[in-house]
Amino acid sequence: MTGPILEVRHLSKSFGANVVLRDIDFTVRPGDVTTIIGPSGSGKSTLLRCINLLETPTSGEVVFHGDNVAARGVNPTVYRSKVGMVFQSFNLFNNMTVLDNCTVGQRKVLKREAEAARQNAMQYLEQVGMAPYINARPRQLSGGQKQRVAIARALAMDPEVLLFDEPTSALDPEMVGEVLTVMQDLARRGMTMLVVTHEMAFAREVSNHVVFMADGVIAEEGAPAQLFDAPQNPRTREFLSRFRGA
Amino acid sequence: MDKLIQLGSDMARLWAAHSPKYLLGVRNTLILAIAATVIGCLIGFLCGVLNTIPYTRQDPLPKRFALKLVRVLVRAYVEVFRGTPMMLQAVFIYYGLPYFTDGAVAFKGISGIWVASLLVVSINTGAYMAESVRGGIISIDPGQTEGAKAIGMNHVQTMTAVILPQALRNIMPQIGNNLIINIKDTSVMFIIGFIEFFAQHRNIVGVNNMFFPSASIEMIGYLTMTLTASFLLRWAEKRMDGDANFELVQEDALTLSAGTYSHPDRGTPFDEHSREYTGGKGDN
Ligand SMILES: Nc1ncnc2c1ncn2[C@@H]1O[C@H](COP(=O)(O)OP(=O)(O)O)[C@@H](O)[C@H]1O
Ligand SMILES: [Mg+2]
Repeated sequence: MTGPILEVRHLSKSFGANVVLRDIDFTVRPGDVTTIIGPSGSGKSTLLRCINLLETPTSGEVVFHGDNVAARGVNPTVYRSKVGMVFQSFNLFNNMTVLDNCTVGQRKVLKREAEAARQNAMQYLEQVGMAPYINARPRQLSGGQKQRVAIARALAMDPEVLLFDEPTSALDPEMVGEVLTVMQDLARRGMTMLVVTHEMAFAREVSNHVVFMADGVIAEEGAPAQLFDAPQNPRTREFLSRFRGA
Repeated sequence: MDKLIQLGSDMARLWAAHSPKYLLGVRNTLILAIAATVIGCLIGFLCGVLNTIPYTRQDPLPKRFALKLVRVLVRAYVEVFRGTPMMLQAVFIYYGLPYFTDGAVAFKGISGIWVASLLVVSINTGAYMAESVRGGIISIDPGQTEGAKAIGMNHVQTMTAVILPQALRNIMPQIGNNLIINIKDTSVMFIIGFIEFFAQHRNIVGVNNMFFPSASIEMIGYLTMTLTASFLLRWAEKRMDGDANFELVQEDALTLSAGTYSHPDRGTPFDEHSREYTGGKGDN
């Protein structure tokens, strides 16, 4: 299987009369680390949520290994279990320990045995440095720790691609690093990732493809070096200038 | 003071003569109140869940219609049972069933009275709990539902594993209220002949006219039951909250430090672990 994992084709989304995404097209291949940047309100979150079918696209296709999962009548749960999502606000299950957060999906959705689920969860919790905290509850963790658990929870489902929606935006500045380190480590291990972020250093150094969105369209995309050093679109230039010297 | 001593001895006499009756009343009151609260909570949870099944405009018409209908029915149920006296409902159901079936089906004998009482108190509690549960469910932040959806959990799995346990915790105070209300208000079931604690008072004073001493015994009895209930519920709430602290499971020192870069002076993660594993020697 060397074909693309995900293809977004002519995807549009409106909320009532408000057109948020217009004719979005792009492809995610195995091992790709794609970052999506762009001003607030440009539709980045909506795009990720459409890809994960948390929102129903108004038109267009989300093609996963050749099948349009956005078609009417397709049950999204199996597909969602193969596409992990990490949210800005962590969205951990507050009634469960760290370990249970990482096993509940494996048990209920993938029907894994308790012990197999536990071992798999432990492997990823170790990877994100949260193994010592398996008995803690989300309320007892710092933001950075919560986000690392959320990453382990997504990884424990053994997804083919991981979506990140501004995973560090809700964190205190001193905690951003620990989460980015984990993500960089994932990229190095070959995880396919689609990351909405305002961390330009991450976009430039870790991703191999950068998509710049503005007003619901892809205004420009390309390799990081090209997009950051020689942006073609004036809107890209204007957007990037805000990050210079910051 | 004399009066109090008098009261004490009257109560002692009553208790000596009738304690099995009082205790039977206590037993029946507690069984009915606890069972009805449990069943009522189940009804409340069922209604609360049915009432919060999400639907969007994209869903097929039959599904939307069915969900709308369910909401209307639950609403009607809540309004009817919250809006009429429980004593009247008991009479209504107890005599209504034989009336409509020409006596073919009726609540016969002691067990019939139990069934009717349990039914009435349960559906009453359910009507109150339905609203509490709905509130409990919508108070859980939608982010957790999305987190569950994002790992492929369906609505039922999300509800049972994530939302309802938290909703249950949030509405424990209301469940406690309902239990205490039920301990007291099951007394109206005397109207259909249910033998609970207060009914026994009526039976006993009917013979000996010792109204006040018996009422005093009842006061003490009810307070003992309700205070015990409140105490147990508080304890249950504490248990549900879990430990305030957690144990670090530390297999080795490296696991603990791996990935924890919460020190700004170490710079960005992109300039790597340089000082991480030198055991601090580099610093002095
Ligand atoms: N559920 C919704 N209903 C209505 N409008 C929405 C909804 N979600 C997002 N929007 C609108 O879509 C636009 C894009 O939002 P979003 O995708 O969150 O942007 P970004 O993540 O790039 O900041 C915004 O104008 C926002 O108001
Ligand atoms: Mg956003």
